[in-house]
Amino acid sequence: MKEELLRLIQNNARIDLKELSVMLGAEEAAVANMLQDLEQDGTICGYYTLINWDNTNEEKVDALIEVNVTTGREMGFDAIAERIYKFDEVKACYLISGRYDFLIILEGKTMRQVANFVSSKLSPVEFVSGTATHFIMKRYKDYGAVLEQPKKDEREKMSF
Amino acid sequence: MRDPISKTARTMQPSGIRKFFDVVAEMPEAISLGVGEPDFDTPWHVREAGIYSLEKGRTFYTSNAGLMELRQEVSNYYLRKHNLTYDAKNEVLITVGGSEAIDMALRAMCDPGDEVIIPEPCYVSYVPCAKLAGAVPVTIPLQEKNEFRLTPEELLDAITDKTKVLILAFPNNPTGAVMEKEDLEKIAKICVEKDIFVVSDEIYGELTYTGKPHVTIASLEGMQERTVVINGFSKAYAMTGWRLGFVTGPEEIISHITKLHQFAIMCAPTTSQYAGIEALRNGDDDIEKMRESYNQRRRFLVKTLRDMGLPCFEPYGAFYVFPSIKHLGMTSDEFATKLLEQEKLAVVPGTAFGDCGEGFLRISYAYSMNELKEALSRLANFINNL
Repeated sequence: MKEELLRLIQNNARIDLKELSVMLGAEEAAVANMLQDLEQDGTICGYYTLINWDNTNEEKVDALIEVNVTTGREMGFDAIAERIYKFDEVKACYLISGRYDFLIILEGKTMRQVANFVSSKLSPVEFVSGTATHFIMKRYKDYGAVLEQPKKDEREKMSF
Repeated sequence: MRDPISKTARTMQPSGIRKFFDVVAEMPEAISLGVGEPDFDTPWHVREAGIYSLEKGRTFYTSNAGLMELRQEVSNYYLRKHNLTYDAKNEVLITVGGSEAIDMALRAMCDPGDEVIIPEPCYVSYVPCAKLAGAVPVTIPLQEKNEFRLTPEELLDAITDKTKVLILAFPNNPTGAVMEKEDLEKIAKICVEKDIFVVSDEIYGELTYTGKPHVTIASLEGMQERTVVINGFSKAYAMTGWRLGFVTGPEEIISHITKLHQFAIMCAPTTSQYAGIEALRNGDDDIEKMRESYNQRRRFLVKTLRDMGLPCFEPYGAFYVFPSIKHLGMTSDEFATKLLEQEKLAVVPGTAFGDCGEGFLRISYAYSMNELKEALSRLANFINNL
């Protein structure tokens, strides 16, 4: 049931406990305990909302930044990653295979702000040897959800 | 002028529920729990395979029996899921949905006067198709106390010297009933003893929630040689509009069904067949995802209906719940009509699926949770105001 519970709330974290327990065919207390355990052991790391900020007046700009680093005897990938992801502006940070070592997702209010972060905060980090910044121009799909108006049910209303 | 219509067509009863469907269609504000098809889109990789076949210009007829590649995938499917061997060349036919397969199978197997046993409530086409084949439909009213499974006693009571075919349709539309291995074994034994053939409509076979995979009666001892299994893509892969099904059975029967299919249909749509190959090859995960979601909604629906005071046996298959309204002093038709008028909610009266559906409603859970919640709150409101 654990995995089924996680799959359910991954797509909708707002289902209340009562409904969750009915959908899973389990007791409410059992589901509550399981959720608590999953939060405590770090399997559930948070509950977030997927927002299409393009529909608002809020100015936001996201960038994907590829980062190359030079590791050293005292400075492995994990340690360098920590130096990078501790900045609040960094929304996500991954170690990746391929031509670059890290991929980070950066959130800023303006392009200038992002550019400033790269030039004055990220690049000067010791061991960072190069970056490539890609501004996100449009988000079509995020976290498995297509960011458009909800789809209409086009089925015939009644069928055998 | 002479009557241009044949006596067979003239005397065939149109489905009484059509009128009700038309009323619903004319009511844009009405919401419905009345569909018999999945709410999911066909998985993109399957649609993409159909599109790609069009781009490649694969717009010609296929062989009558269907693309060999697809028949081979059907054969692989039965081996993989049911440990059954069907020769792709001689024992598999690709049809225009399960509907065509039902019609063709009965035409190929029945002579005038042969009796076809049809347990009800059931899908609406079995009785008319039996009649079109010249056969005599003999219906068995299944009982809610047996969870709408067919019992050996009921079957024995219906068998006569003229019985040729038993139609089995589990998981069942409209009841959601399933027949498990132990149930089927008793039926199979009788069919072997009495030399009766089975047309097993297993279109909902991938949608069971017992925790055990669906068992086809063809896999039981002595049954493969006397069973025609009807299956398709509509429910398992959310492909209703593609009109694609498959039928498997002994070469002797399949070759004659194929002959009729060749004259009536030529071949199933080519684009759909290419999409079908992809579905069978890489679609097992899609089925899992959809089944898990249906099962969650099923639990929600059964619980909510019971909380409303509607008795409801636990349906372990398809995507329907079949609650009883017998205690409310209305017929199914009256209930459905009033519910539509007062709450603008459409459900299908059980009588649409046979007289023994009286006192029941078919409620579909091929809807999002939000739609189900809204619909069920209307239903609760209606019942509270009776």
